[in-house]
Amino acid sequence: MNRTHKRVAPAVAFLALALTAALPFAAEAHRPFIVPSETVLARPGWVTFDGAVSNDLFYFNHQPLRLDNVQVLGPDGQPVEIQNSNTGKFRSTFDVQLQKQGTYKVALVNNSLNAQYETAAGERRRWRGTPETIGEIPADAKNVQITQQQQRNETFVTAGKPNDAVLKPTGVGLELVPVTHPNDLVAGEPISFKFYLDGKPAAGVEVDVVPGGTRWRDKQNENKYTTDKDGQITMTWTTPGMYWLQADIQDDKTSVKQAKSRRASYVATFELLPP
Amino acid sequence: MRSPLRSARIASLTMAHALALPLALGMVAGVASAAEMNISVELPKLDVAEYHRPYVAMWIEREDQSFVANFSLWYQQKRGGGGGPGAAGGEGGGGGEGGTKWLNELRTWWRKNGREQTRFPIDGITGPTKPAGIQQMKFPGDKAPLASLAPGKYRLVVEAAREGGGREVVRVPFEWPAKSAQSLTGKGASELGTVALNVSP
Repeated sequence: MNRTHKRVAPAVAFLALALTAALPFAAEAHRPFIVPSETVLARPGWVTFDGAVSNDLFYFNHQPLRLDNVQVLGPDGQPVEIQNSNTGKFRSTFDVQLQKQGTYKVALVNNSLNAQYETAAGERRRWRGTPETIGEIPADAKNVQITQQQQRNETFVTAGKPNDAVLKPTGVGLELVPVTHPNDLVAGEPISFKFYLDGKPAAGVEVDVVPGGTRWRDKQNENKYTTDKDGQITMTWTTPGMYWLQADIQDDKTSVKQAKSRRASYVATFELLPP
Repeated sequence: MRSPLRSARIASLTMAHALALPLALGMVAGVASAAEMNISVELPKLDVAEYHRPYVAMWIEREDQSFVANFSLWYQQKRGGGGGPGAAGGEGGGGGEGGTKWLNELRTWWRKNGREQTRFPIDGITGPTKPAGIQQMKFPGDKAPLASLAPGKYRLVVEAAREGGGREVVRVPFEWPAKSAQSLTGKGASELGTVALNVSP
């Protein structure tokens, strides 16, 4: 380890993991995910969630997902507390009590700044923080490059009748807006999702979809789709199981003036049921 | 009890009325009572270490598989009964709400209709699970769900799901109302045996 890495505070080290998932080539290697114990409940009850970052889907063999920024929204759009959370060596777990009928969204949302710079003495440094802590970058730093990170990692569960209160975009970063309800995905039937960037349809976004169970096959079986002019993709998945979806974009539309570029990523886990 | 006044009024009907009325009533009643559907569903006897009676749903769908109406739903109702997707609480098995927790294992039915139900049990639809063997049901044409069934082509769908076992769906196409008596069958391979449908015109 060099001094640069030692400078990364433990509290923000997890962002490095999430960041690697957003980089084009690292995306193959480290995949963050949140997997629910079940996605379709007949009546109000409990669901337990596992969160991890790993090469393989959906196995816990690398790093746990940090839960600091997990948000759960209930069918009325109101926040729901996570319970019994624990972060272990390979995975984090937490429970959510679905007390009302309808659809819940579980989202891990990280917004951060990532900088590279050289000190006055010419040493290369990395920095991670927020707009509030940007003063940590020395005033005499040279070649400062600040990137804004907007990351969203989601999954959906429904008790009883599905509803769509939590399916609206928040208007920040890259988001998926389901056309097909995320808890109504059935093998062999067309599935449509729309992607929004800052609350507007995002055309030309490449979306990767990988079915779970990668340990038991030789290939990733990855499928790529590109959003149309309305930000929409339509696909048909054939093998029931858990699916991992990922998309990211890079542009210069930052909301922090010191940041010259912005990277927005979206990840979600879906369950495909047999017909 | 019929009042004397009413008897007098009936007695005052003309001969034409007296003849026509019972005739007309008889014809209507005759048509309605004859049209009916007899469904028999075979739940196979399975030689397994721990047998649980299956949950079974029976409903009518259109040719595009869209849901029309329920015939029956059998699930474990004891341990308190009631409850359903609209009820609060409930975790693990039982817990005073009967077996509604597992209704989504009737996966096709749950998606087509179950999740739309606001409470269980459903009047005239739900009943307890049934033992292995042949279950016979009769649905008169003048009662729900057939009374309001528009003429057309449909399918009877029977779905069974068993704890620790499998799930199976059998579909039997039929036309309503039948022009002549129809004897239709479908056959399951694992969780269901023969599904027989007799439609009377």
